[in-house]
Amino acid sequence: MMAWRTLSIICLLALSIASTRGARAAEITVDLSDPVVQITAGFAGTDLSVYGVAPGAGDVVVVVRGPISSEIVRKKDKVMGVWVNSEEITLEDVPAFYVMASNRSLDEFLPGGIADIHQIGLENIKFNPAKGSAQIKDWDHFRHALLRNKQRQGLYKWDPEPLIFLGNRMFRTKIHFPANVSVGTFGIEVYLVRKGKLAAFHTTLLNVRKFGIEASVYNFSNRHSFAYGVLAVIIACFAGWAANAAFRKA
Amino acid sequence: MQIYLPIAEMSVNIFVLLGLGGGVGVLSGIFGVGGGFLMTPLLIFMGIPSAVAVATEANQIVASSVSGVLAHWRRGNVDLKMGSVLLVGGVLGSSFGVWLFTFLRELGQIDLVIKLSYVIFLSIIGFLMLIESIKAMRKSKNAVKAKAHHHTWMHGLPFKMRFRKSRLYISALLPLMIGFFVGLLAAIMGVGGGFVMVPAMIYLLGMPTAVVVGTSLFQIIFVTANVTVLQSVNNQTVDVVLAMLLMIGGVIGAQIGAKLGALMKGEQLRGLLALIVLGVCAKLSYDLMITPDDLYSLGGAAEH
Repeated sequence: MMAWRTLSIICLLALSIASTRGARAAEITVDLSDPVVQITAGFAGTDLSVYGVAPGAGDVVVVVRGPISSEIVRKKDKVMGVWVNSEEITLEDVPAFYVMASNRSLDEFLPGGIADIHQIGLENIKFNPAKGSAQIKDWDHFRHALLRNKQRQGLYKWDPEPLIFLGNRMFRTKIHFPANVSVGTFGIEVYLVRKGKLAAFHTTLLNVRKFGIEASVYNFSNRHSFAYGVLAVIIACFAGWAANAAFRKA
Repeated sequence: MQIYLPIAEMSVNIFVLLGLGGGVGVLSGIFGVGGGFLMTPLLIFMGIPSAVAVATEANQIVASSVSGVLAHWRRGNVDLKMGSVLLVGGVLGSSFGVWLFTFLRELGQIDLVIKLSYVIFLSIIGFLMLIESIKAMRKSKNAVKAKAHHHTWMHGLPFKMRFRKSRLYISALLPLMIGFFVGLLAAIMGVGGGFVMVPAMIYLLGMPTAVVVGTSLFQIIFVTANVTVLQSVNNQTVDVVLAMLLMIGGVIGAQIGAKLGALMKGEQLRGLLALIVLGVCAKLSYDLMITPDDLYSLGGAAEH
């Protein structure tokens, strides 16, 4: 997990450096309503506002991409009246989260080439079957199943969210992070498209992490899983003893 | 009020969890059952991943068994020697069970195995209880026939041991095997296994009923503690926040249930519990058989 996260950060940084050098126009400025999304005890999803200034004319697309990992997709078949997982495929390079925002419909201004290179739009995300997982010929079904399942979980969105210009080329949009969002480093990519060409590009990193007691419990269970298990048992023994003692007196 | 469960990685209503723990606690208090076999499926219905539901429920059962065994201990109703032999089998069985659990999880079949195990055991228990309560309601007041002490193959087994409190002289292999099997169930299903252990102790081992429940609870503590630790190490699926909420509801509910149970007549209630068990079983079977909305599902991030 950590390796993938680090890799995705490096990729995003490399991408952002390469692109900002390529963009001749004035740079895009971006700011977030919160530099981190904190998953605390009361977390039930949150909205994040993305503000920015995109100089000159053109349309803006914002892509929020979660950390990359691999994902197993399984297909069920009916065996003796019961639905059983049968075929499975492991897809690589799967972003944990993918939501876009734009000021108007993408097909009105975004050339297919740019969308393809920068993987803008769900149909352009390049998943690859993992080695040894490619025997299944019709793996495209699995790709679509992945998109469908992620959308049902609220982690992917097919259509862009609205993005509005406030004046002076300042724009604003709101991205919703559901309660089941995974932790890691997210990339917030802003593309300025002018006359069918990519005029400017900017990436901001966003940290989504567990906070407070939630983080302590999660980290403890991952890093010291034996001690965590023992502690869970001790807490349970104490709770059982306390309950017995309390009700015996009553 | 929503609370985020750090291991299940989802947000749930805190009062729903307290209510669930309390409700199952009341039932377990009235009927003197552990309640794991109702709680785990209900958690799964709520959308808690089955692997987390099973491992967390094992943790909760540690608490309810400790609470229960203390009362039996004071009355001297725990056969320590028998309990120890059972728990050796139980620890071996549950360790094997957690290994099997991890293996099935990697294969992507753990959900199916958990649900099928529940369908099988809940249907057997539900029907047995229903038949028993119908018989009781028909007032067939034939007292339970004193069990003749048959000599079967079991008594030919080696490694005989004397269990003074249970007034038995039997092979240690028998309680070891029973312990192993119940430990396996505890690991896969997230139950204490009292519903199998208690009848096995009475009918297979021939233990006196007075020491059965206390001894069963005694060994359940160790088996579920073993499951909790092993599940933490192998699968990181024990959610202590969830477990603590269930414990709070559970212990309070169980005390209320125990008081209610003393006041009520048993037969109709036992019939009602049988119907609840069969209802949960029917829902699980139905979910396994209907065509799912999406034939494809995500198996989570692959391990590297």
